[in-house]
Amino acid sequence: MLRWLKPTLALLVAVVLAWVLNTPQGQVPPLGRLLSPYSGFWQNGETAADFPAQQTLRLPGLHQTVRVRFDDRRVPHIFADNDHDLYYAQGYLTARDRLWQMEFMTRVAAGRISEVVGERALEYDRFQRRMGLPFGAENSLREMLKNDTTRLVLESYAAGVNAYISQLTPKTYPFEYKLLDYAPEPWAPIKSALLLKLMAWDLSGRSDDLRLSNILGKYGPEVTRDLFPNFPFRADPVVPDGAPLDFQPLPVPPASPVPFAAAVSGLVPSREPDAELGSNNFALAGSRTASGRPLLANDPHLQLNLPSIWYQVQLHGPTQNVYGVTIPGAPAVIIGFNQDVAWGVTNVGGDVLDWYQLKFKDASRREYWHAGRWKPVRRVVERIAVRGRPDRLDTVLYTHHGPVVYDQNEPVFNQQTPVRHALRWTAHEAAGANEVLAFVKLNHARNYQDYNRALRTYASPAQNFIFASRTGDVAIRPNGRFPLKYAEQGKFILDGSDPKQDWQGWIPMSQTPRVLNPARGYVSSANQHSAGPGYPYYLGWDYAPWDRAHRINEQLAHMRRATADTLRVLQNDDLGLNAQLMLPWMLFTLEGTKESSDCYSYPPPHSPVSAAMRVLARWKFHYTADAVGATIFELWYQQLTKALWEDNFGKQATGLEMRYPSRDRTNQLLLYQSGDYSDCFKKASFWVDDRRTAQRETVHDLLTTSLQFAMDSLTRKFGPLGPKWAWAHQKSTDINHLAQLPGFGHQDVWSGGSPGSVNATGARNGPSWRMVVDLSTPVRAYGIFPGGQSGNPASRYYDDMLESWRTGQLDELVFLQAADENHPRLQAAWRLEK
Amino acid sequence: MKSFFILFLLIFVLTSLAQFFLPWWVVLPLCLGLAAWRGGSAGAAFGAGLLGVACSWWLPAAWLSLNGAGLLASRVAALLPLGGNSWLLVLLSGLLAGLVGGLAALAGAWLKVR
Repeated sequence: MLRWLKPTLALLVAVVLAWVLNTPQGQVPPLGRLLSPYSGFWQNGETAADFPAQQTLRLPGLHQTVRVRFDDRRVPHIFADNDHDLYYAQGYLTARDRLWQMEFMTRVAAGRISEVVGERALEYDRFQRRMGLPFGAENSLREMLKNDTTRLVLESYAAGVNAYISQLTPKTYPFEYKLLDYAPEPWAPIKSALLLKLMAWDLSGRSDDLRLSNILGKYGPEVTRDLFPNFPFRADPVVPDGAPLDFQPLPVPPASPVPFAAAVSGLVPSREPDAELGSNNFALAGSRTASGRPLLANDPHLQLNLPSIWYQVQLHGPTQNVYGVTIPGAPAVIIGFNQDVAWGVTNVGGDVLDWYQLKFKDASRREYWHAGRWKPVRRVVERIAVRGRPDRLDTVLYTHHGPVVYDQNEPVFNQQTPVRHALRWTAHEAAGANEVLAFVKLNHARNYQDYNRALRTYASPAQNFIFASRTGDVAIRPNGRFPLKYAEQGKFILDGSDPKQDWQGWIPMSQTPRVLNPARGYVSSANQHSAGPGYPYYLGWDYAPWDRAHRINEQLAHMRRATADTLRVLQNDDLGLNAQLMLPWMLFTLEGTKESSDCYSYPPPHSPVSAAMRVLARWKFHYTADAVGATIFELWYQQLTKALWEDNFGKQATGLEMRYPSRDRTNQLLLYQSGDYSDCFKKASFWVDDRRTAQRETVHDLLTTSLQFAMDSLTRKFGPLGPKWAWAHQKSTDINHLAQLPGFGHQDVWSGGSPGSVNATGARNGPSWRMVVDLSTPVRAYGIFPGGQSGNPASRYYDDMLESWRTGQLDELVFLQAADENHPRLQAAWRLEK
Repeated sequence: MKSFFILFLLIFVLTSLAQFFLPWWVVLPLCLGLAAWRGGSAGAAFGAGLLGVACSWWLPAAWLSLNGAGLLASRVAALLPLGGNSWLLVLLSGLLAGLVGGLAALAGAWLKVR
């Protein structure tokens, strides 16, 4: 008996150890499989032999032979004789470089992350589904499959992706599948639709309706109008007033005569949304350029991740030759150029997402009150697969407005989401919308008319589409589906029972703001207000601050004989307009003069505050990587804003979920309504005083305490005032792997810029693609993104463009006219055959 | 000593070949069987299993690390976390598999002893 004991024990230990190493343990991957050199991650290495200069690949489903050239950045230049093969090859080659990323992002959109990582993503998945991302994607796909062109494009692309997936074995799965221990599933057109909805969520999924309703409830309409105006004090709109309207505006639906006070909601905040996503685009007419032909530039600011959010490609087919960036997982070029035109996009901050407060008949929530009667609620059961657990079922209620994102009293995942409200959002509505068709047509566009026609089916997320053509046209139009609203409709929570508060239709595309060949010789946008106050429709109130837009326009207005490099320099401009506007006043008020000495005294000469003032006085408002002034100013201004508003709009002080007035309104109040030292700030606005203290604070007090706070916290963080306080250290730009894997990203990238500069490089967001196109003959274009073409972290092409991006350089883009063209930067020529 | 070398070589060659076609844990039954067949002292069997299987990982891992997988190995070594040292990762990978092999060979050797 004992004879068996020892071997049994040893065997048992061996078996248990092998089992442990072969199975994921919590968040630890199955180490045995991951680390095995026979099938684990070692197999994902990349050598020169993995990327031969010449090869022929046999791919089932191709109709004819496709030729692909690769340049020294590994950009595929695809030459196909028919559209099916063109998009098939795009799908195949994109998947070859980015399969894990594109599939993972569709899971993010669809709320299917729990399937991969287990229960910890469940709340996230529920939220995605309750927001209706898959619902919007299905609606959108139905429309896209009705159209012959987009059906062909989407299905060919999917076939190409699937051709790649079918070549894989567990040994050749991309690295992340091995790490997270799951397998790729077949691709389908719905996934491309999901990616577009994810983009819509990132760019138009934010709303302050709940916060504004709470503010309205607490402070009343007068204060709300004063502090949260519909049009900013300083503005430089995309389409300025000036040109007479060339259309007869539709009658705007009347505001509901029934006053509505939304229920005040006291949700406990959980996280702040990132409001810094934005973009720049600008184009110069030939009158301002050296070549006499237009120049166009675009840099979308998105979260900076690896693998890169964009993938470059050239598509050469029977009816097109287009180059630009694509979203891995979606066919066609999103931002790019062809031999005749160039185009780009920035986000439109218009209000296309509203919340309707519902009145249910009873606790069962099967009927809701609308237009004087009870209407049935549609119940949709979402089945969420959870790894290692039984499926979770979740019932989502749909009204005619849209889905009820949260219908029970439970912890709310996103603090913007009010409880028991239905969501109306353009991303859900698909009738007549077909974004893929819009991009396919833009890829084919030869002139301004084509561009306009292409945009007709583009609905969501609304973008400022900028355009330039070789024949000399420059144009821009904030484009997308905009609900026809009465003034301030949807600025606050709406009454879901009052049909007059429903959306009443759309602003016709012929009446959305637009400009073609303006006299000033340039067009531009940077997420600011779409139109001037003379525009007849209400589009929204909360756009990005004017800083970037104004700086861009100021620079464009000075340009003569501009070249592509002039626009590159502007893309890298790091001047902070907010600092330029506010810092002189902040320093002057803090320091005071002889006349202010009755009121307050000059800061002691050896105090940290006066040390800071000396540094700030020398700083010229440029957010260079080594600027110490930028570090101090940013924190000082941020603390000053907080000191000004926190007592009246902070949740701790008020117990309510609210928001601060905009930066524009804050600056206006500080500069013009905070009083004057000549009378010791007697006439200061009511808002300056901190209501939480017994004494009455002046703006000088706020300036002093906030600068002291900034200096204390920076000293704690970096040590004594010195070069360690460099802006790049404070800003700390991180480019992380999508799954936040340590070791797979780049931390603390040494770079200048700031969210308010044209070079909008922040902590996690920044220019995700910089492009400049010179529309002379032949077209020359330049571009870079902070990463690389390959999604394989073993490849040197995973992040080979990062250094050029960091230093503000652009690559000249290799734009071929024919498959057999010679070009010194071409490195490989492949054939894809059936 | 000689029996140790024979067992070591057998384990190294056979587990290396088997892992080209079968999952990595095939080393367990192989070591168990080979040690039970060849016998020998418990210590020698454990050592032969440990080193034989470890070598079946060390050699290809080191080769791949020098041929295309080095960058990824150092990233994985940062993730685990091993301070980004890819050679430490090679060493530890082999020892993990070797431990399974060694224990299985030990069990095999004990089974053979009558």
